Order: sequence, then C-alpha cells, then structure tokens
Amino acid sequence: MFPAQFDYRPASSVDEALEALVRYGDDARVLAGGQSLIPAMRFRLARPAMLVDINPIAELDYLRESGGQLQIGAMTRDYLLETSTMLGDRYRLIADTAAVVADPVVRQMGTVVGSLCHNDPAGDWPVTALASRAQVVVRGKDGARTVSIDDFIVDSYTTAVGTGEMAVEVRFPTPSARTSGSYQKIERKVGDFATAAAGVQITLAPDGTIADAGIAIGALGPKALRVSAAEKLLKGAKPSKALIEQAMREAQTVADPNPDNRGSVEYKRAMAGVLVGRALRQTLERLGVGGLA
Amino acid sequence: MKINVTVNGTRYDRDVEPRMLLAYFLREELGLTGTHVGCDSSSCGCCVVALDGDRAVKSCTMFAVQANGHEITTVEGLEEGGKLHPLQQAFWDQHGLQCGYCTPGMLMTAYVMLKHKPKPSEAEIREAISGNLCRCTGYQNIVKAVQQAANELTAEPAAAAVGS
Amino acid sequence: MTQSIGVSMKRKEDPRFIRGRGRYLDDIKLPGMLYLALVHSPYPHARIKSIDKSKAMAVPGVKAVITGEDLDAAKLEWLPTFHGYDKQMVLAFGKTLYQYQEVAGVIATSREVAHDAVELVEVEYEPLDPVVDPYQAKEDTIILRDDREPKTNHIYHWEVGDKTATATALDTSAVRIKERIISPRCHPAPLEPCGIVADMNKATGRLTLYMTSRAPHVHRTAFSLVTGIPEDKIHVISPDVGGGFGNKVPVYPGYVVATVASVIIGVPVKWVETRTENLTTTGFARDYHMDVEIGATKEGKVTALRVSTVADHGAFDAAADPRKYPAGMFGIVTGSYDFPAAFAEVDAYFTNKPPGGIAYRCSFRVTEASFAIERGMDLLARKLEMDPVELRRQNFIKKEQFPYSSPLGFTYDSGDYAATMRKALDIIGYEALRKEQAEKRKRGELMGIGISTFTETVGAGPGKQFDILGIKMFDSAEIRIHPTGSGIVRAGTRHQGQGHETTWAQIVGEELGLDPQELLVEEGDTDTAPYGLGTYASRSTPVAGGALALAARRIREKAKKIAAHLLEVAEDDVEWKDYKFGVKGIPDKSVTMKEVAFAAYTNPPPDTEPGLETSYYYDPPNLTFPYGTYIAVVDVDADTGAVKVRRFLAVDDCGTVINPMIVEGQIHGGLAEGFAIAFMQEIKYDEDGNNLNTNFTEYLIPTALETPAWETDRTVTPSPHHPIGAKGVGESPNVGSPQAFVNAVMDALAPLGVTHIDMPLTREKVWRAIRNAS
Repeated sequence: MFPAQFDYRPASSVDEALEALVRYGDDARVLAGGQSLIPAMRFRLARPAMLVDINPIAELDYLRESGGQLQIGAMTRDYLLETSTMLGDRYRLIADTAAVVADPVVRQMGTVVGSLCHNDPAGDWPVTALASRAQVVVRGKDGARTVSIDDFIVDSYTTAVGTGEMAVEVRFPTPSARTSGSYQKIERKVGDFATAAAGVQITLAPDGTIADAGIAIGALGPKALRVSAAEKLLKGAKPSKALIEQAMREAQTVADPNPDNRGSVEYKRAMAGVLVGRALRQTLERLGVGGLA
Repeated sequence: MKINVTVNGTRYDRDVEPRMLLAYFLREELGLTGTHVGCDSSSCGCCVVALDGDRAVKSCTMFAVQANGHEITTVEGLEEGGKLHPLQQAFWDQHGLQCGYCTPGMLMTAYVMLKHKPKPSEAEIREAISGNLCRCTGYQNIVKAVQQAANELTAEPAAAAVGS
Repeated sequence: MTQSIGVSMKRKEDPRFIRGRGRYLDDIKLPGMLYLALVHSPYPHARIKSIDKSKAMAVPGVKAVITGEDLDAAKLEWLPTFHGYDKQMVLAFGKTLYQYQEVAGVIATSREVAHDAVELVEVEYEPLDPVVDPYQAKEDTIILRDDREPKTNHIYHWEVGDKTATATALDTSAVRIKERIISPRCHPAPLEPCGIVADMNKATGRLTLYMTSRAPHVHRTAFSLVTGIPEDKIHVISPDVGGGFGNKVPVYPGYVVATVASVIIGVPVKWVETRTENLTTTGFARDYHMDVEIGATKEGKVTALRVSTVADHGAFDAAADPRKYPAGMFGIVTGSYDFPAAFAEVDAYFTNKPPGGIAYRCSFRVTEASFAIERGMDLLARKLEMDPVELRRQNFIKKEQFPYSSPLGFTYDSGDYAATMRKALDIIGYEALRKEQAEKRKRGELMGIGISTFTETVGAGPGKQFDILGIKMFDSAEIRIHPTGSGIVRAGTRHQGQGHETTWAQIVGEELGLDPQELLVEEGDTDTAPYGLGTYASRSTPVAGGALALAARRIREKAKKIAAHLLEVAEDDVEWKDYKFGVKGIPDKSVTMKEVAFAAYTNPPPDTEPGLETSYYYDPPNLTFPYGTYIAVVDVDADTGAVKVRRFLAVDDCGTVINPMIVEGQIHGGLAEGFAIAFMQEIKYDEDGNNLNTNFTEYLIPTALETPAWETDRTVTPSPHHPIGAKGVGESPNVGSPQAFVNAVMDALAPLGVTHIDMPLTREKVWRAIRNAS
C-alpha cells in the first residue's frame, strides 16, 4: 500500500539521468510514467533505493516522422499516440494499440518506451513493436546504440537495457503506402492484463501478394512472441482463407501461455489462433481485401 | 524534499518524503479530502485529479515530489466563485452519484475529457470513464450527467441566455 | 404544499458530495492520532509458534504491537458473532485459520511507519494442511476449530418444510430435474474500504468510535458487551459511508484492535484497511452449493421442490443473520411459484477461509435462494420442452391467493406476478425476439433470451421472529418540528448512498404537509439517533420507513389538537385535507402545519404539552415481498466465449415508490453488480488455500464499457401491511439479475445441448461448454 523509503533525483537531461544510473547501478530505477513501477513499489515488489525521474526532460517528449521512421521519445505518453492525427493507415497497428493500453487515465501518464522497458509478459507495446519491427535506442555513458526489438525483448521484465543505461527512443520504420495493421486483445475488462493479444502489420505488393508481414502475440508466454513461421508463410503469398488458417495454427504452436485466472493453457493457446486470425482478416479488410472469413 | 505545488490556484510549499503519494499529499498535507483512495492497484480511479489543467492522472500512482512545480486541480477546485461547474450540477441533476465516493474521480476524469472532446458520444463517454469504477450507479446516470454537462458547455451563448 | 411521495426530487445529500466535501472515515483526523496496520498470515492453516515484536517495536514511531496473546490476557480475544452461535478470534491465537488472517496489530505515528514495522514483526508458523472444500470439511479428517466441542467442522443443520411429503411428491412426479447449482463465493467490495477512528477520551471517560458502520447502535451494544464499558460511555458515529452492500455490518478485528489500542494508550487510533485486506479478510458473500430438485406433472404444473445446501462459512460462523435464522431467509426458495410441497435444508461447514456469508445485497441468503429456483425452473422448462415464460405463468402464485402462505413458512404480503411479467414481455418485445432467435439459430448464431421472475423478502423484521444479539429488529424514528415550521428527522438506519436524507424527508413531508427541503435528516450518531438496527437487507424503507410515517402521524395527531385550538372548533370537526387542517363543512377555514408548529411553541392549547416532537419504534407485522421480472438478451461469440448483453430490462414492483429517480438508481447499481457476479466475479482459493483474487486486478469490477445499458420500468402493488405501502428495493436487482444473465446464456447454448454452467460465466467456461458440446 505504501512504498518502502527511497531517494529521489529529478533529472533535467539525459546525461544527468545517466550519471545517477551509473552511480547507483542496480539500486536505481528510471521513473517515467510510473504506471507500472509505482504499483509494484506500493506492493513492495519493487524496492529501488533511488528513483531517477526523467519526467522533467522535455526533449524526450516527441512524436515525429523523420528519416523513414516514426520516432517516439522516452517521455511520450500513450495518449499522444491515441489522439495523434499523424498516424494514419500505415501506422494503424500503433493507433489500434494506443487505444487499448491499460485504461484511458493511465494512458495520460504511461509511456510507450516505459512500457517496452518494463516488458510485462502481457504488455501491449512489445507485441506491436515486434510486429512493426521496431528498434530501441539505448544510451549509456559511452554513447548510444540501436537495438532491434527482437534483441531488445529478452525475457519477462528483462530487456537489453543494461545497468547504467537508459532507453531514450523507440523507432518504427515507416512502411510503404499499402500497409495497414490491427491489434486484437481479449481482456476481461478495461485495465485488466490481456488474456491474449495479437498484433499484425501487413504490406501488400502491387500484385496483391503480401510483401511483408509482421505477426506477434502477447500475454501468451514469458514475453511477447514473434510468430516467425507465419510471417514466412505469408511473405510472397496471396491472401487466402487457407493462408490465414495456417497462420493461426502457427500462432498456436508458438504460444507458450501460463495458466491463471484469465484462462487455462488450452484456452489461451486457442485464443492465440483466434486473435491472429482476426487481426489478419481486419488488416486485409482495411487494405481492401475482404471475403476471407 | 522541499516541493512547491499549486493546487486549485493556491501555491503550497512543503517538505515531504519522496515516497509520499500525491493522493495522500493532497488529503493529509493539504487537508483536501475530496480526492479519495479506494484500492491499492491503481484500478479504481477514485483518486483522479487534473495535472496542469489538461491531463487526468491517478494521484495514488504519482509521488507528490513529481508534482513539484506543477498545477493540480482537485474536485474542490471545480467550483468557481461559488458557482458549480456544469459537471457538478449535471451529476446532481441526473442522479449521477449515490454514495459519492467515486464522484470526485469521475468529475475530474470527465472534466479533462470534455476539454479534449467537447461533444462526446455515449460510447466515447463510457470509454473515457472506463478507468473509474463505480459500485452504486451502474454508470448509466453518470453517462447522462456527462452528456448534460457537454451540452451545456458547448451551448451557443445566445441560446444559453434565452434558456432553450 | 404539494405531494412529496412519488416525486423524483433531487437529492439533498448531493451538494457536499459533488464538491468533494463529504466526510468519510479516512477524512477524519484528530490531534495526536496514531495509525494501526495489521500483520497477516501467509498460511491458510498453521500453528503460531512464536511472535517476536522486538524489531518492529524498535522502529522509531512505533508505539505498540498487539497480538492475540495480549488480547487474551485482557479477555478481549474472542468476539461473539452476530447471531450468537459461534465466537471468532480478534487476532489469530494459537493458530491461523485463513490466509491473510489478522495476526498482530502495529500502532505507530504514521501509516507508512506502521506498514514498515508490519514487515518486521517476526511470526513463526508451523503450517498445517488446509481444508478449502466444504465437502472435504464435511469428512472431518482435519478438524479446524480446537476451541469448539464436539470436534467437527459441521456447524449446524437447518431445515424447513415437509421432508416426507416433498420426498413422496418428487418420487411420484412424472417429470423431475436435479442439478447442483452453485452460488460462488464473491465479495461486495464497496469503493470505500472499512475503517475506524477509535478515540478514548480519558478526561471524559467516553469512547468515541467513528466507524464505517451500517448498524451503529448494534455496534455500540456489541462493543459494550465485549469490553464491559457501559453504553452511555460509548459513542458510535457513522460518518458518510462510501458504499456498504453488506460489507460494513460485521465487527472486524481491525475495529477491535484499534479500540483496544486507544483505550490503553489514551489517544485516537485510526485503522483504514487496504483493498487487499478488504477482499481477503472482510465478510464474503454467497458460497452456497445447492442440490435443487423440482418435480412436475408432464403438463408443467410443479409438484414439489427440494433443496439441499452445503454452505461454506469460512473459519468462523460470522454470518450476520438474525439469530433464529442461521440460513437467513433461504426459505424464500419457493420463489414466485405455488409449490404444493417443499423442503429445504442447509448444512454449514468450517473451512480455511475468512468468515462471513451475509453480504452483497443478499437480503439474508435470498440471492442464493432466488438463483436456485430461477435456474431450477429454467432447467425444468428445458426438460419439459416448454417455453420458460409459459412454465412460469402456469405456476405463479395468483393475485387472488395473497396474502399467500408458502410451504416454507413465509406469508407473502401482495403481488401480481403475471401482470408484471406480461408488462416486461410487452416492453422487451418477446415474440419478436423469439422470432429473431429462430432465424439466427438457422445460421448457427448463438442468441439467448433469459428471464427471471423473482420474489424476494426483506424488511427484517417482526420482533417475535427476528433479533440480532437478542435485540428485536424493529426500527425507529424521531421527529421534531421547529417553531418556524422546518424540522429535524432522525432514524435508526444508516444510509451509504441510498438517499435516505431525501426519501425520509419525503415520507415525513408527505404526512405533515411540509417541504422535504426543510426537513433535515440525520442518521448514524448513537448519541442522537433513536435506537435502530441499521441498514442492510433492504430493511430501511420497510421498517424505518414505517416508523417515520407512523411518527409523523403521531405528530399530526397532536397537531390536530393544536389546529382545533387555533380554528376554535372541536377536534372532531378538524380534518386533514390537501395537506392542511380544515374544518369539516367550512371550505375556507384552515391552518397549515407551519402555523400549527408556531402555535405549538407560542400558543399551545391549555391541556397540551408545548412543542411538536415525537418518536416511534416500529415493530413491523411482517416482512415485505418485493418482486419483479427481469429479461436479458445476449449474443455469444463462439470463438472466444465472450457474451455481449444486448439488452436488459428490469420491471420491478417494490410497492409504493417514494422517489422514482432514487429507485431507478438503486436498480441500475444492483444490476451492474448482478452482471459482475454472473460474468466475472469470484473469490477463489487454490487447493493449498491461497486466495487467488486479492486485489482489483484479480477481483473484477466492471467498468462503464463492459456494463450494459439498463432499461427499467415498474408496476406498483402496495404492501397492505406497510404504513405507506412501500416494500424496499435496494437488493432486488442483485436478487433477480444473475439468473437472468445465466438463463440467457444457457438459452443461447441450448441448441448445443448445454444445460448448466456455474457462475461466473467466464469466456473460457462458455467456450469450453461450446467445444465440449460440438
């Protein structure tokens, strides 16, 4: 209910934040939105000795298209993506996701990058980042490095961000024009962790075949999972009912769910297929390809 | 740690432990008990306040030290010059409250929502308050209350004066 | 002066709530106040080997650490439970009996310090095997209660009705159904958690208890009996309460420990529970496992009803039932139907779970009973291949049969079940819905229509049958009219959102021709309010409402004398008409109640006491029997098991309606709770006794997005024995709705041969039922 005591340092620049993170090592945690960290601290599941608050770093709050990427800074809140008119069809998957993260009040504080760094197995942003083939920019005292999302997501609550480092940006490659996406999520109620989730992004080639497909599932394993086999199946193929059903089966194979109040292994695995199917069908419908139900 | 927070237009200078949650700062330090605490998992929204006038935040999921230099509006700040905010009037008119415990949070969430979305549909209202729980009303009259307030806030000044 | 009853008057209590100026328990801050935090057991069943307080005591700001041993030394360790058949530990003593049971209390100068010190109290446990299944408890292989004789987990057997006649009728019935119908353990979870500020004032010798209490007088008496402090030295104040739903009736360990701490230390001590504590230790609801059997002729006339129930009471029998009714009003299980024979029995067992059982708008087990009979009737309809509406129509108690004596001992006051159902069917467009369903079924779509025609019983109750701790379940009202014609009204009930500050003023205003806006209503302060049994089980309107009307009529009687004096006529020539005292036969001669009030103080008749004040303690002659027809329309997603509630109609009959807007609000709220119970709420324990739903991330309260929109309407069949014909309504929606939802889903799945799924109807359960059927 009440966190254990801790020291607090507001940072006004990334350098300042890094300096504190290096000094305190694993005893320090970054405070961005705090919508995952603070509840954990209130239950005393997290007990950082030092909280480095990056909220005052105004230059981390940006959403921009630049150099063939959609760039989102570490202090960019979920609700900005929910309401942005910048996103359009090509970033449909991102827009879909932003509308269902947590609840509408939490979204006004929570951040995309924060969610990726927290890497809750049931988190929404890791799924979408995988399906969109995003990258995360990590800064340390020796400079910045760009990590592919597949390398960034390591395990439950574990990412490639090391001690004394901080993620400062997530980048989504700007896809070509005939791209759309869909995020499907089963939640028992708004604000619940997902029972199962699926994120899909598809780019069509001029001849109507699938030029590229990103397919990921969430809340169905220790971390968000890429359904690589389904992506390979779809690439170069013409959309069809049979193709979608194959992709659904691949999703079920990849899923490695934990049984809990939300569902048994069998149910969650089945939902992996159902949601990937729905995400694929909705994405294709949005691209003008219907009749695949 | 020394902080200054402007709440409902008044600046307060205080010295608090970093771990003090904003909700308790408002309630215990400043005596503004209108903001309520109803859960321990950031689920219920009874604690919602407005941050810098345009964001709704769960004050139980924010430390008081984070509010340093910022402006907070609580339910006590909705009334202006003794006149109820249209939302407050609407909740009363439409029986949008029973025990009153979720009401401050609902009001503040709706207050911020109407700033960004002045003419919400019923579905949009239900979605906007889906981070706030209520046990007494079944939500139906809360939705009607927000609709009434939205209508009043977006009414043409002439029509409002005539009393359409 | 116009009518007050039946008017949707805006609520008088709202101005403070909309401004955030309510005064809830945690808003109370007294000088020198300390804070209590509790240490909880991680084990569902364990012996306590030792408790080491030293590290906790060493934390700066910690003033005391209290254990069960300390309380036992002061003879305060055991609390009598409300209906008196059992006692419960205040703090775990010798052993712990449920996960999260309170083991020790830390009192410190701040909440944070108290919670810090809680982590440092070292308790050595010797875990024992837990018993979490009441059927396993029945075996008595592990005995939970060392303190009781005989050594058994069986608490009591209760039965009502004619066992032999029912058995014979069932055995000779052409058609029979039998099903185990479970009303799972859930929790009322009001948004405001429970709490207390105990303030022992050594200078005055008075103990003031600010409590989230719905029965302040009973709590005062209970505290007096337990502590030995005389009642005049105890002052219980129930401030604004943020929802109750039955959660705020029991006396919780936190209340007692805070009180003991305040008495010993001599300063105020506050205890406010966390949400986790609320869900894991305070009074749960339901947990009835009911074997329901119904017999019928092949034409569909019911012949008999038999219900055998196993009740899981947790570790102590703290079900807050009236004393002679260990299973509450479960005998209402014959519902709206005319059963020639019926028999019901309940066997209760201890398990390693927290105590409780009476909560969540249950009307004392009426929710369980109503669920059982309404599901049972649907199962019977299925077996008979009959429309569930038709089966009900055939078996309803008819209007001319009232007052109706049920085979299980109730005398139903009034009702016209067929008319209410007819109205509901018209409004929902039943025939058209069945047509639509037929079309959808051809396409394999799963659409369902569910009906619940419930009758419940509230308003406990007549003194000859009902008491709590020996105190008869009357209720009370006091009215004092001021010289200038406004007044103050006090009642022995305690609202937590139901609108008493408005509705009580409406009742009195109606009787006295006074403006409800000028009648101040007060409840909850035991120094000033008349003695009452509190608010729960929808008893306020039936009982206190009766007291208020009758108290007002006493005022009117005296007022009539004063009016006669003012009008200079004999009392017999005065008539109360159009909210005024007039003179029979002389139309333009009258005085208002306001004029009478002024005269009561300035010009009373010579043989009359000055002033205009009275009290009334009302012992109701019977319970009341609100009823209704609820209809749910659902669409089921076969791929995920998700259920969308397309429409929900509630047609209620609660007799005279005092404030239609407030009644409708009560219905909306209860329906949302019934919806949650039907689809997403359960307090589950795994086989090791671990509570799996300890906070709002796992115990689910639906939001405005999941919650359906509600359609409401009413019929009005007054209660013939109630002074204003009102029956009460607060719990009807919880009583009537879960089965409407479940019946609808079962109806949707009927083509697949699915007959019964236990609540909550989670997506997976529905999905599984569909898969298993195909």
